[in-house]
Amino acid sequence: MTVSATTATVASEALRPHAEDAFADELKALAAADDRPRPVRWKLSPWAVSTYLLGGTLPDGTVITPKYVGPRRLVEVAVTTLATDRALLLLGVPGTAKTWVSEHLAAAVSGDSTLLVQGTAGTPEEAVRYGWNYARLLAHGPSRDALVPSPVMRAMSEGMTARVEELTRIPADVQDALITILSEKTLPIPELGQEVQAVRGFNLIATANDRDRGVNELSSALRRRFNTVVLPLPATPDDEVDIVSRRVDQIGSSLDLPAAPDGLAEIRRVVTVFRELRNGVTTDGRTKLKSPSGTLSTAEAISVVTNGLALAAHFGDGILRPGDVAAGILGAVVRDPAADRVVWQEYLETVVRERDGWKDFYRACREVSA
Amino acid sequence: MTGATASAGPLLLGVRHHGPGSARAVLAALEAARPRVVLIEGPPEGDALLPLAADERMKPPVALLAHAVDDPGRAAFWPMAAFSPEWVAIRWALAHEVPARFIDLPATHSLALTEPGTDEPPGSPAVDPIGVLAGTAGYDDPERWWEDVVEHRAPEGGGAAGPLAAFAALAEAMTALREAYGDGGHPRDAVREAYMRIQLRTARKEFGDDIAVVCGAWHVPALAARTTLAADRALLKGVPKVRTELTWVPWTHRRLARHSGYGAGIDSPGWYGHLFDAPDRPVERWMTKVAGLLRDEDRFISSAHVIEAVRLAGGLAAVRGRPLPGLTETTDAIRAVMCEGSDVPLALVHDRLVVGETLGEVPDSAPAVPLQRDLNRQQRTLRLKPEASEREVELDLRKETDAARSRLLHRLRLLGIGWGDRAAGRGSTGTFRETWRLRWEPELHVRVAEAGVWGTTVLSAATAKAEAEAVSATGLAEVTALAERCLLAELADALPVVMKALADRAALDADVSHLAEALPALARSLRYGDVRATDTASLGAVAAGLAERICVGLPPACTGLDSDGAEELRLRIDGVHTAVGLLSGAVPADGLRERWAAVLGRLAARDTVAGVIRGRATRLLLDEGQLTQDEAARLMGLALSPGTAPTDAAAWIEGFVGGAAGGGMLLVHDERLLGLIDAWLTGVRASAFTDVLPLLRRTFSAYEPGVRRTLGELVRRGPDPGGPHRGTGEASPSGFGPGRDEPRADAVVPVLRLLLGLDPAPEPAPHDHTDRPLGATA
Repeated sequence: MTVSATTATVASEALRPHAEDAFADELKALAAADDRPRPVRWKLSPWAVSTYLLGGTLPDGTVITPKYVGPRRLVEVAVTTLATDRALLLLGVPGTAKTWVSEHLAAAVSGDSTLLVQGTAGTPEEAVRYGWNYARLLAHGPSRDALVPSPVMRAMSEGMTARVEELTRIPADVQDALITILSEKTLPIPELGQEVQAVRGFNLIATANDRDRGVNELSSALRRRFNTVVLPLPATPDDEVDIVSRRVDQIGSSLDLPAAPDGLAEIRRVVTVFRELRNGVTTDGRTKLKSPSGTLSTAEAISVVTNGLALAAHFGDGILRPGDVAAGILGAVVRDPAADRVVWQEYLETVVRERDGWKDFYRACREVSA
Repeated sequence: MTGATASAGPLLLGVRHHGPGSARAVLAALEAARPRVVLIEGPPEGDALLPLAADERMKPPVALLAHAVDDPGRAAFWPMAAFSPEWVAIRWALAHEVPARFIDLPATHSLALTEPGTDEPPGSPAVDPIGVLAGTAGYDDPERWWEDVVEHRAPEGGGAAGPLAAFAALAEAMTALREAYGDGGHPRDAVREAYMRIQLRTARKEFGDDIAVVCGAWHVPALAARTTLAADRALLKGVPKVRTELTWVPWTHRRLARHSGYGAGIDSPGWYGHLFDAPDRPVERWMTKVAGLLRDEDRFISSAHVIEAVRLAGGLAAVRGRPLPGLTETTDAIRAVMCEGSDVPLALVHDRLVVGETLGEVPDSAPAVPLQRDLNRQQRTLRLKPEASEREVELDLRKETDAARSRLLHRLRLLGIGWGDRAAGRGSTGTFRETWRLRWEPELHVRVAEAGVWGTTVLSAATAKAEAEAVSATGLAEVTALAERCLLAELADALPVVMKALADRAALDADVSHLAEALPALARSLRYGDVRATDTASLGAVAAGLAERICVGLPPACTGLDSDGAEELRLRIDGVHTAVGLLSGAVPADGLRERWAAVLGRLAARDTVAGVIRGRATRLLLDEGQLTQDEAARLMGLALSPGTAPTDAAAWIEGFVGGAAGGGMLLVHDERLLGLIDAWLTGVRASAFTDVLPLLRRTFSAYEPGVRRTLGELVRRGPDPGGPHRGTGEASPSGFGPGRDEPRADAVVPVLRLLLGLDPAPEPAPHDHTDRPLGATA
């Protein structure tokens, strides 16, 4: 339901501290060095917020670590949007750091990333408007004291940045509650004959999954209130291999899988296959390919490799081999048994078969596809 | 404040070619200074053509085209858009009745200096001066720096300092750069600048100091330098010459993006044109234009979108520290607000507005284009006169001249110059013979002029056109046809592009029947290649790739078809089968034949595949020897077993023995198969019989009368009492008489010898049949 106050946790004890706590030093240094105009109630200027996300070195030598590795252009559009009164919608396939970016934006702009509504199929209207403290309501009748504000309502009255996660999972009627908030910047409370007006500095960041548009697609009225930024998949194969192998290491150690001594080559292969099918063109740019219906996101590549590692550890010789990942890749690529199978077979016959050093992989794939 | 360049001598206006801000500044400077003559960077031979610029039928973008008379392939263009400073200066001079002159090195020399084949534009310094200045100012993108400093200045730019201040400042900066970089790694600039100085001197003698010079900013310091006439003359000594001609040709915004002539290609002519044309509020007007375009494409864009986009662009410019939103900011804003973060509609905006589709026009009075000259020359050498009356010519492609004629005609057809039409060849069906119907209509001259934008020779123009068509083609069949035409026209240079397009389209086409439709044409093209001795390796590779994709995609595509669809696909399979046969001989496609056979095998054995296709696949395999007769009989038995729906079984029979020639003969010779059909047919229930009758009638009515009669006789005789069908040799089972009729067999031998090209046997004696290897075996 509604969150009335965040329980204070000492940052160092939290399993995962909030962005504004984890990077408090950087934010402080940026605020000190920042001499550019700040929009009302912003902790930093738009320029400093971009620097906070993209990293850089301040005049006093403080190094700001990059929080988001991606095009500068996108971050600038996102920050500028927040400075206007338009809301920001971050779109992307799973695993493209939407939530991460939204959290850090809120932390840098308002110094608080906790005004959060988690969107689910069961998110009620109270989560974006307000609820009631029923004990008080019964005892004293309707009043502002009996009202439990939602994170969005608090952000409005305090001029902060609110966050809505997975906007497209929220039922359409609840989504509609956002329209008034975003266009009129007021939240009427008919029970009291009152309203809450947003003060300057209020804005909203929503994230939504690109592939899930169909779940509860945004109405065009709501859509129109957002500026949209699409977060892309990693730009280069090296970036992606890096991300995959880092995540696989983390997951592997938490599952107590033995470390694979020679997994990198296979990881690179998985990433190559995913990228090529996703982009519809081979890495050398010579041959076009059909793309399957699945997402083939970095997150899926990670799970294919983790799965392969588990296979290798428990049933193989502990070394990640083509056969360990082949079945996983097949499962990730062929989502639609008719169309995707053709795509996969074509890819095998026209690209994989001819490629140097991929013979064993080809054979492994043939085996599982047959 | 007006620098030394302005007060001490002629007014030197350094510009960026195709810069709208420069154009605006030049106009303001000309209005303020009112010179008595305007000198412009460009080939002096173009002076005579300058008055045409005032012609109202002349619409930019246009280009001044210089070409060597004897070698039209050697050419250079000086493109001008409405927002080019050079064009603005020309129009100003013509409007104020002030003489305008081109002062660059004459094309006579510059074309002679350009090695044919090297495509180096005459005006691009190896050091990017703007890049260095921008880097100094802390910009990573030189274009953006120039835009901020020069192009985006408000119309009244320069403010109190006057319209000349910017030019003076720029000249100063360039002087500093030239001191650091010399000729910028482009030695020919020295010659060009020497020539410009000489021209400048001549003009000064005539008009005093009331002169304005419009040239690339890079050249300003060199023109201001004090040198002696003798030194300049010495630089020009011994510069080679070639006979050239100049004309105006229509240009397009798309082609402005290319490097040529002035060297500086620009990526966003549409945006620049907009900046130049918009009287005020350029960003607001731009966003409105974009909204209009997107609305026309049925996207819902409200005025609120436009407002938000303008605001976001302004905000972005502020965050990025730019004075005004540039193309990057507006594009980012359009993506975020109007396109919902997607690049797809944005690509449309880029194509239609940022680049733009503006097409220039040139009055008819402009001199002829070099393409026409090249055509004339080829018509002379090939003795193929343009005549208004229609006539037919037969070309034998094995002869060099005829092959060249055919190539010329095919290239012209590609260019849309319909001089010749292919006519059906008389008598011969060989691929080495072509029949053309020629007729030269006067309006073809206009077509030639129009085609002039593609290139200066028939070959280069046809190549460029073919490449452009390949890139813009939408369907696979279109590209295949284009590939065929390229081979016929022998456009070796265009072929790689076309092949790439073909491979791409094939990869993305999800419909196997499209692929199957394309393959036979490609295989045919390979045969043309043989006749014309062109290199078809790439074509072969693409064709093999296509065949590979068909092998993968065909089995799933053969299920769930209605009878019409199945029939159509059967024809395609026949085509692919022939093509695979041709291909496996022509290209290094290892194992293609075997893979195709495996696919056919799968088709033949799968129950869900339509009957006609299953039957056809079985038949093809049988003919190829991939399937034994016993196995074929087994499959037929399966297909005709009582559990199968009668119509499906009839379709199987149609696929197996229908259509292609020789279907009936198979039944005549293999009585077991005939027996299976016979048994099935007699077993069909009376109610179902009327359903299968039309199908069977269609199958059997296509047979030759002789075959039909033999089949009828065989059926009437009933099952062969002689046991197994491949009996004891002499006792022929198939309705033929026992043993061989040797004299009758010998009668065909002379004809066979002739067909096989064996040495002629002038007197084939009727009795010497014993040493012939030709015997009729059952």
